Amino acid sequence: MNSINSDGAAAVALKNRIGLERNEYTGSKSTLCTGCGHDSITNHIISAFYQSGIHPYDVAKMSGIGCSSKTPAYWLSKSSGFNSIHGRMAPVATGAKVANQKLVMLGVSGDGDTASIGLGGFVHMIRRNVPMTYLVANNGVYGLTKGQFSATADFEATQKNGAKNPFSSIDLCALAIELGCTFVARSFSGDAKQLVPLIQAAFKHNGMAFIDVVSPCVTFANHEGATKSFSAVRENNVQLQELGFIHAQDEKLVDYAEGATEVVEMQDGSRLTLRKLDSRTHDLRDGTNALGVLRASRAEGEILTGLFYFDNKSKNFIDTLNLCEKPLPFLNEKDTRPSREVLLKLMNENR
Amino acid sequence: MQKKINDFVLEIATVNGSGSQSANNILLKSLFRMGIPVGGKNLFPSNIAGLPTWFTIRANKDGYTARREDVDIVVAMNPQTLLEDVTKVKPGGVFIYNSDLKIKVEGLRTDIKNIGIDFKELVDQATDQVKIKKLLINMVYVGVLAQILKIDLEILHQTIKDTFKGKDKVLDVNFKALEVGRAYAVANLGDKNTEDFPFVVEKMSANQNKVLIEGNLATAMGMVFGGCTFVSWYPITPSSSVAENFISLAEKYRKDANGKNTFAVVQAEDELSAISMVIGAGWAGARAMTATSGPGLSLMAEAAGLFYYAEVPGVIWDIQRVGPSTGLPTRTMQADITAAHSLSHGDTKHILLFPGTAEECFEFAGTAFDLAERLQTLVIVMSDLDLGMNYWITNEFQYPEKGFDRGKVLNADELNQMSVYRRYGDPDGDAISYRTLPGTASDKAAFLTRGSGHNENAQYTESSPQYLKVLERIARKYDTAREWVPKPIVDFNAKHKVGIIAFGSSDAPMTEARDLLISQNIGTNYLRLRAVPFTKEVEDFISKHERIYVVEQNRDGQVLDLLRAEFFEHSLKLRSVRHYDGLPIHAISIVKQITEQEKNGPTWAKKKSRAAQEISL
Repeated sequence: MNSINSDGAAAVALKNRIGLERNEYTGSKSTLCTGCGHDSITNHIISAFYQSGIHPYDVAKMSGIGCSSKTPAYWLSKSSGFNSIHGRMAPVATGAKVANQKLVMLGVSGDGDTASIGLGGFVHMIRRNVPMTYLVANNGVYGLTKGQFSATADFEATQKNGAKNPFSSIDLCALAIELGCTFVARSFSGDAKQLVPLIQAAFKHNGMAFIDVVSPCVTFANHEGATKSFSAVRENNVQLQELGFIHAQDEKLVDYAEGATEVVEMQDGSRLTLRKLDSRTHDLRDGTNALGVLRASRAEGEILTGLFYFDNKSKNFIDTLNLCEKPLPFLNEKDTRPSREVLLKLMNENR
Repeated sequence: MQKKINDFVLEIATVNGSGSQSANNILLKSLFRMGIPVGGKNLFPSNIAGLPTWFTIRANKDGYTARREDVDIVVAMNPQTLLEDVTKVKPGGVFIYNSDLKIKVEGLRTDIKNIGIDFKELVDQATDQVKIKKLLINMVYVGVLAQILKIDLEILHQTIKDTFKGKDKVLDVNFKALEVGRAYAVANLGDKNTEDFPFVVEKMSANQNKVLIEGNLATAMGMVFGGCTFVSWYPITPSSSVAENFISLAEKYRKDANGKNTFAVVQAEDELSAISMVIGAGWAGARAMTATSGPGLSLMAEAAGLFYYAEVPGVIWDIQRVGPSTGLPTRTMQADITAAHSLSHGDTKHILLFPGTAEECFEFAGTAFDLAERLQTLVIVMSDLDLGMNYWITNEFQYPEKGFDRGKVLNADELNQMSVYRRYGDPDGDAISYRTLPGTASDKAAFLTRGSGHNENAQYTESSPQYLKVLERIARKYDTAREWVPKPIVDFNAKHKVGIIAFGSSDAPMTEARDLLISQNIGTNYLRLRAVPFTKEVEDFISKHERIYVVEQNRDGQVLDLLRAEFFEHSLKLRSVRHYDGLPIHAISIVKQITEQEKNGPTWAKKKSRAAQEISL
């Protein structure tokens, strides 16, 4: 049974460019609350993988601990995954990606997992520009422990019991831009049209792609006064661009969306098209500008979504490490063990 | 006066940051090259510059090169400690001091030979460059010592040349400083010295096929040859030189044909991340490790439990230092054993290895990966500051002939031929499951690794029977490990009733200690423990003796506790010898504690309410 397939009956019969049906990208049944934003994200992840034609065998699914971190069980059951430690998704994924750079890596974390206990790992992963997609399902609340504020809860947002949040929130996108993250976007769990192309582009990005997805918690943060509820997002969501994704091989077949003002080319030749929906000045390649846009938007009480920042010029971590092409797990004695002469030389240096 | 040949302890007192290290190493290496057994220990503060530091060389023709408490020759260059340093000299010893410091020494010790030398005046003769005087003054005392100890000049010159290879200017000025010191000794301590100076060195041939090396450098070499492909670490004394040495060696010797690295080193943001990267890399299939010390080990506790329960291979090298808390970061101890063995919450029991020599640091670097991959678990190697950062004579390293043990890993073809694959099953009855690596192209390969309750198929479960099935298999795996871990080194003679168990750097003074015990009619057998879990040989050894002394460098007898827990029926014969002041253990400390207990019965230093105590009363 496939409870989270929203692409409709037509998709089931279809095959993607590598001959797989959409149901080969699904996972086990979700055990999250009915209506959870995270289940929609799951659905969009499945769509993005399916449409990208990435084989599940090539994917590694990474997560920390929390409601969001449970979701890798619900998509791509034919991919290996690691549901690791609270707050440690970033370093665990870094280790796995460095070990096997061939893995297409998607990490799903939450606002507690990333903005509180895992903030250190998150910022340092950005500094290293580890080539992977890092998605935060952001609801501003600790769901699994029943409703405490997280560090992304907005100032003076209310808890279900009425308590007001006395602290300012951490804007993960602003933080990521400040630290030089090479792909920074925000979206909404309910927005397939925006999120699916973003995830597809993130898969093709040659560095760390961060997507903050506002994903309402139906149980603990969907009341009036919760600033990341479904109604709050519907009311305040301002889309910066309309997005489209064009697969590298499809380039000649598809016209760019009409009125597209910007086309971002990914490493493999695929393209993300961005049609401006908004009058404010925004330059994807200018972090200072992007930060200003985010700040001004926040002050207005908006939830701004879209691709905020993009840089495909920076070295990624694999390049920085000057890593050999063969994945580290497959290096044997022949690949790694120096000769007897080297050992003798080292011995002679110590006599 | 009869001179002592190749038998002395020399201590050089300086301030840290004064550049004395290379001079001291030249002295040490020259003695080594003369074929004399030597050991070198650097006693340094947790500080960058200006605080007292001592370098101790023990030369001993019988091979007793572990620490000895008293000192025969002191070279006192540090005004802060000079008056303390003079008290350390053994009666009949020699005190060489920098008279330029204008500290009154005359009359303080009449039982030793006091030699005041104006080192400032001498270094002025060697150079007029003010900047390097501080460094060169160290070569002046090397010159003085070379003359009065009769160090072979040809060897000394060659050692200096090797030390400053490629830096001709530095070499010249160092030779000059050496010569100034030597000439001063010839002129001023000359003939009188022949009579008065009680220590002298002579060439021997004890060091054939040996090297002089720090344990951490040996470990790094072992990582290079043992197939380490991933290191993540966070700087912490005294472990940093493991990663740093690996980086410099790997940059030279671990490149593929395209000049790309066959290794990755990541300096992490903290130890939480360091160990998390190791578990990620180990999960993906790399031979991955970190090196740390006590505080870092504590931070790694949560991940250690995940290694254990999710059954991911990984290695931690714990270069132990003095705790608790920040403790004495530059002093040595073997006090992380209890913590390491059960590191993490819940029921965890880790594999521990105890390298006892620098040679074993080299060997165990590869062994640890083999065990981690074979047993799919965390292996913690318990080295310490003394072994890791001090200089040891050790057998030259054997080239590893065996290939890596990658354990039970299934590839796509193997999986596709299987009717059923269970990630956490036990098809071979040895409690070791088969694993797959991410990226394996088979429908059977994938599973979601997790630290939460899981069944044999790696699926989430809260079912008690399914949880128990996995947890109890992991417990059985610990027994399988007994067959794989390095066996102890045993020296046994049926006539002795007393046995000694020691491990790690506590092995260093053991030959000397046992020789001293024999001179007091206490013959002993000796087992050098090399791993936890304990192998059959450990129980055999204990059962063959009336009394066993467990020698360790911690306050609470941590290995004693592990032995008592496992061999409770023998617990009354297990006695404790402990040395835990932060300085390396020495033979006299061991001998005193054993003779005392042989005479007066066991000294239970702790846990008075323990049943064993009541029974013994």
